Parts: sequence; structure tokens; C-alpha cells
Amino acid sequence: MNQAQSAAKFGRYGGCFVPETLVQPVMEVASAYSRLKASPEFRRELEEMLKHFAGRPTPLYFAKNLSRDLGRRIYLKREDLVHGGAHKLNNTLGQALVAKHMGKTRLIAETGAGQHGVATAIVGANLGFETQVYMGEVDIERQKMNVYRMELMGAEVIPVRSGSRTLKDAINEAMRDWSSSFENTYYLFGTAAGPHPFPSMVRDFQSVIGAEARGQIQEAEGRLPDSIVACVGGGSNAMGIFAPFLKDDVRLIAVEAGGRGLGHDDKTADHGASLGCGQDGILHGSLTRILQDPHGQILESYSIAAGLDYPGVGPELAYLAERGRIKTATADDRAALRGFRTLSRREGIIPALESAHAVGYVLREPEALGDLAIINVSGRGDKDLATVMEYENL
Amino acid sequence: MKISEAFRNKPLLIVYICAGDPSPEETPDLVRRLVRAGADIVELGLPHSDPIADGPTIQAAAQRAIAAGMNTDLYFQAAADANVDCPLIFMGYYNMVYARGLDRFARDCAKSGIAGMIVPDLPPEEAGPLREACRRHGVDLIFLAAPNTPPERLQMIQENTSGFLYLVARAGVTGARSDIQEATRDLIARASGDVPTAVGFGISTPEHAAEVIRSGADAAIVGSACVDLIARGELDRLEQLVRQMKEAVRRAKTQ
Repeated sequence: MNQAQSAAKFGRYGGCFVPETLVQPVMEVASAYSRLKASPEFRRELEEMLKHFAGRPTPLYFAKNLSRDLGRRIYLKREDLVHGGAHKLNNTLGQALVAKHMGKTRLIAETGAGQHGVATAIVGANLGFETQVYMGEVDIERQKMNVYRMELMGAEVIPVRSGSRTLKDAINEAMRDWSSSFENTYYLFGTAAGPHPFPSMVRDFQSVIGAEARGQIQEAEGRLPDSIVACVGGGSNAMGIFAPFLKDDVRLIAVEAGGRGLGHDDKTADHGASLGCGQDGILHGSLTRILQDPHGQILESYSIAAGLDYPGVGPELAYLAERGRIKTATADDRAALRGFRTLSRREGIIPALESAHAVGYVLREPEALGDLAIINVSGRGDKDLATVMEYENL
Repeated sequence: MKISEAFRNKPLLIVYICAGDPSPEETPDLVRRLVRAGADIVELGLPHSDPIADGPTIQAAAQRAIAAGMNTDLYFQAAADANVDCPLIFMGYYNMVYARGLDRFARDCAKSGIAGMIVPDLPPEEAGPLREACRRHGVDLIFLAAPNTPPERLQMIQENTSGFLYLVARAGVTGARSDIQEATRDLIARASGDVPTAVGFGISTPEHAAEVIRSGADAAIVGSACVDLIARGELDRLEQLVRQMKEAVRRAKTQ
């Protein structure tokens, strides 16, 4: 195994399982990224954009009411305050700059809830790319507001009518597009999954979250936290906040979508808990934990939070879970809604339904946190109001 | 029959269909029809829920087949029941192979008359374990090369493939196209050597098939055009297309 291949793996997970036509485009991204990440100019360019455009650093906020309620000190990493309303921009800014340096003129992306699509549309508009976002027909119906936001910023939203017409099919369609458009097009993958180098590159761009939080908690408390809690769909916000703490004695808790419960039928799982309930398999270019039937057909996942509604997970999280370095847990729809309401009422912060899973877990199992904990509030909840109103029949 | 034996009578016509479309029960008969009409090798696709290398035609076929109850057990049953005198080749995505277990999958291929495997999302770098399993059970593992495959990588793929080398005619996914591009001819020229070559992706007419043979390929692969006729229930036209393509391939040889 050569060096490039071993860099692509996390234990047995990860790798680059793509059709031959995509091998070269993926390798070109890998080599461009490894060149750029060592370049001081590139880092400066990205830092400038993160500071002046995205609004970093985000606060690490001491949640005084929640802390009092739960009898321990709880901080919130406020990724909901990043431009666009979620951590997604950390990644799209980084990758769009890579695309620019590669001389690409067009960005394509997949999106589920629309957050990654919006973050891609933002960088497309700002950095001058033609931008097309693949989105399942079902999701377009569920997330009209985000579709309009993308269009407003000049991105074209392409409805995906194949398969289950949701996020996994949007990824399939974007990969199909890329396999004939790679000459001028960069595939801006939205999470820390997919073929090498995406899991590592997305983790790196998102690890600004953890790097900031590390300095901030030390400044505020004079020590590292006992635990960090993050929700996991594909895993980009979780890897982003976990990565700078992997070598420390800090409990890292990955909360997956428990949905309606942890069962499944022939085609659909009632949840999105790939780490907790999945098996080893290959999806979207990497070997990871996936939700599948005994023959290897991918199950459709389910969660009230569209951003956690994905039948796979990043390979590095699969590796860390197997090694026991991260603890995996689930929060179901009800727990997430409880988190959503509680954070809104107690702190005046409406979290994204995705982040609300992390909050819901904390409310349910505060004793798992130790005395000092950080919750990654990966996004804000404005996008979810219609969903919550519908769920509660308001 | 081994794939290498089939290539003694080159040029060949290879026909792809999706197993289980329209139903698992009809697959053995369809395979026999294709062989009767002149297919030298039948590439039997195992439908997958997420076929990233396939265009709309084969995606739709896979969805129909899965809805009709096709699964890996029935797939091997259908291959065995077809009981034809030419090589069958498995075509399917790696997760389906992985889920069954690599050794078990290769063994089931050998037991049901499947002489080779094409796994489009498994590049040679990731294929070590499956290659071992295939070797143990005497099944060829066929790799793909594409127009954007650089020379040194093409050589690596040629060294790794067995049976033949699958040349992807063009960038993009499977599906009928209107012409054969310069890039295809260039790839065929670059890939000519000791390993037989077969060209697929976008080959939908007798003229396409003839052209890739004239350009130096040893076989032409037709897929979506046949899958489309099956979807429309036009089995006589399917046989007719296969006959015409076979004839075009044969004629191209003598030109």
C-alpha cells in the first residue's frame, strides 16, 4: 500500500470506492488540497474569509440557565451564528477556495435540508462560480424556503427524481454529474464522508470549531471539558469539534437520530443511527457503517431533522466508534423536540433540529457529561419552524 | 466456458441486462434469448439501490427489479437456471458483494456459471481481497479503464485485470448516446496489447459496435439499448437488435 492509500484510510474504514472515471478527478482534488493546506497564502486567504465573511470566531457561550437546571457547567459552541446559519460555511469556504486554485469554474453540491446547498450558494455567489445544487424532490417540497435562498444567490437547484428522492440520491446524482463534468467542475461534498480526500478535508475545514472551542474553554475555565456532545448525520460538525480533542482525556459523545425508534422494515429504517445500528458497507465512495438490508441494498433513513437523515456516516467516526474513542448515543424525534423547546425557552437560542438532538441527549443523560461540558450548536433553527409547527399541529 | 475461450472467436458482442427486470422468473429465458440471437457473453447486472455509475435507463431497470423481489440469492439461481453455453459475467456494485462476503460471492459465481465479475465502483487499489477470492474460485475480475485514465495507471489496470479490460467509451454514466467520440478511439488505441478489450457505455447501435471493433477493440458491449427494449416489452426487437449488432461486429472484423 502506498502512502496516498494509507492516508485515505481510518483503520479499515474510508478508502476511495469510485468508478474509474472519477478516480482521476478525486485524485486531483486530493493533490490540490495537500499542496494548498501547506501553503501559508492559502491559509491566510481562508482565515480572512472565515473572519470577515463567515463571522468567526463564534462564541463559546456559558449556558447559565441550562447549567443551573442540570447541575453542571455547560457551554454552547455557537455555530448557529456562522453566516448562513450553520457550520456548513466553514467547509464550503475552504473547498471553494480549493476549487478556485484548481481553476474550476462550476460548483456542484448535494443537499438534504438545504443547509449545505445554501452554504454552497453563498460561496458560489461570493467567489464567482456557476453553482448547481442537487436536491431530492421530496426535500425540495419540505424545504421551500432554502430552495428560494439558494436561487436568490444565483444557484440553480436541480430536482432529483431517482431512488428515494432524498439526500442519498442527491449525492448519487451529483457524482453522476461530476463523472462527465470534472474538466471544469468541482464537486463540493458537504460532509466528512464520501471518497478520500473528502472525509479528511472536510474534517480539517470544520476543525476550526474544535480549535476555537479548545482555546475558549481553557480561557474561561482554565481546563479542558469533561465531555463534548455533537449530533451526527454524516458527521462534519462532530468531527469538526472532536478532532482537536482526540488525544485528550475528554469524553466525545456522538448523538445520532433515533427517529421514530430503532426499527426498520424492508426498505426504510425508522432512524438515522448508522454508527449505532449499521453494519460495515460501501456507500458514496467509502467503507463505513451504513444502514442496509441483508443483501446490501441501502435502506432509506428517517429523522425529523433532514440533516441527520442519511443512511451512512463519515468513515473516521466509524473508526473512532469501533476503537471506543467516541461514545455513540441516539436521541429520537421527541427528545430532539424537547431539546429544541428547552434551549429556546431557557437560553433564548433556537437551535437547528439537528443540534437539538445533542441538546435532547444532554437533557436525558446529564450524568454522562461530567462537571464541564460543551454542546456543539451546529446551526440555528429558523429553517425548522415549519417542520416543528407541523409536527405539533400548530 | 472461460472468458478467455470466448475471446478466441473475437470480435465479440457482449450484452448487458439487469437481472430481475421485469421479474426474477423471466431472467433465465431472457439470457437464453440473447445467446440465441448472438450474444457471445452475457453481462448480468445485479440491481442495486444506489447505482452511481448508471444513467436513467439502468437505474430504472434496477428499481423495477428490486421492486419485483430480485435479490442476490435469486440472482445466482437465475444465472444457474439460464444454463447457457457461453460465459456469464456478474456486473454489480461492491456493497452487494461485500454484504454477502467476498469468498462466498466468488464461490457462488463459480457454482452458477458466472465466469467473471465487473464491479464498477471497485478500483484495483481497493480490490486486493476480492481479487484473492476470485483467484481461489477461478473467477475473472475485470477492471475498467476510462478516457481520462493516464498512461501509467492504464498499465497498472491492464496488469491487474483478468478475462478482459473493460474500456469505458466516454466520461459519464451508462446510457445510449448518439456517436462515438475521438476519446474512445484514442483509449482503444492506447489500451491495445496482450489483454483483450471490450468497449461499453453508450454503445447503442450496430454502427457504434462496428466502429469500436474497427478501431481495434476485441468486443463491443451493449446495455441500455437492450434494457430499454426489455422495459417496453419488445422482446422480438431485442433479439433483432442483438442479431444486427452481432452481424455488425462480425463484418467489422473482415473490413
